Amino acid sequence: MLEPFFRWCESTLIGRAVAESVWAFPILEAVHLLGLCILGGALLVVDLRLLGAGLTGQPVARLARNARRWLITALVIMVATGIPLFLSEAIKAYYNTSFWVKMITLPVALLFTFAVRERVSREEGREPGVRGKVVGAVSLALWFTVAAAGRWIGFS
Amino acid sequence: MIERFLGWLGETPWSVALLESLYVWPLVESTHVLALGLFVGTTVMMDLRLVGIAFRKVPVQAFTGRLLPWTHIGFVIMAVTGLLLFYSQPLRYYHNVFFRVKVVVLIAAGINAFIFHRGAQRQAAEWGDDVLPPRAARAAGAVSLAAWTVVVVTGRLIAYNWFDCDLQPQPDWVNWAAGCAAGSE
Repeated sequence: MLEPFFRWCESTLIGRAVAESVWAFPILEAVHLLGLCILGGALLVVDLRLLGAGLTGQPVARLARNARRWLITALVIMVATGIPLFLSEAIKAYYNTSFWVKMITLPVALLFTFAVRERVSREEGREPGVRGKVVGAVSLALWFTVAAAGRWIGFS
Repeated sequence: MIERFLGWLGETPWSVALLESLYVWPLVESTHVLALGLFVGTTVMMDLRLVGIAFRKVPVQAFTGRLLPWTHIGFVIMAVTGLLLFYSQPLRYYHNVFFRVKVVVLIAAGINAFIFHRGAQRQAAEWGDDVLPPRAARAAGAVSLAAWTVVVVTGRLIAYNWFDCDLQPQPDWVNWAAGCAAGSE
């Protein structure tokens, strides 16, 4: 049912331009990776803290507030590069299990991050309780799945 | 001599097995990529603090004391998986322009970190709470951000064979930078 849509994606101007260019795909990929670095850092600073590690002397709420704009910056970079990467090989993506794992986990991770984790990290004090630890672990697990599935798109 | 050694290394059974494996090589490569989030990610957060544009109320000592161990763990993962990847195709990487640039900038990033830890960080007790750290610390943060950006981008581009020695003709500068034997191949 969705296949015609994926075919259309690949036929878009951006999709064809990226697919036909020698440099576009590799450069977009490299910038996508730079986004991953920022995303990893912005997530880990808060998640490690929630788990009782990393910057333990600092209030969770402050770290989360500070990291938030870098988290969003990273997500903007990743989406802005991820979409043209996808458009250039949409049909391959359609038949790729890893792609679907990533695309199902991604909205879950986003929702969890901005609905649950954000609220919890605002309320946590100096000593995150069980709830904070669970939230940190779930966040890491979700984003790890998104990243791992994303990398595996290229291998499968 | 290096060439002969790397040629031999690439023909060892474990190197061949690693390169030809269906799952081990992709798993090692994936680990290398995901560890970026840990290693470069935590490095970038500390650099942004040093430059003075993020975590302004968090003392720099918190980063160097509490977050740096995680950066070190990330580095060990990157180094182990990176060496394994190199071991799987030593000659190819040795003659890859992007790999060569990556290694040079990697060393520069290491020297920059060493200078910071031996220099400005020693007096961090005096300036660690400042929103804007002293010039030397800001410079270290900026150089680190630039260097790791280049390392990540060139690292990704190693996968492409545009400038490989066996794809002649190449411009003279490519043959020079990749160390291709002139005229051969």
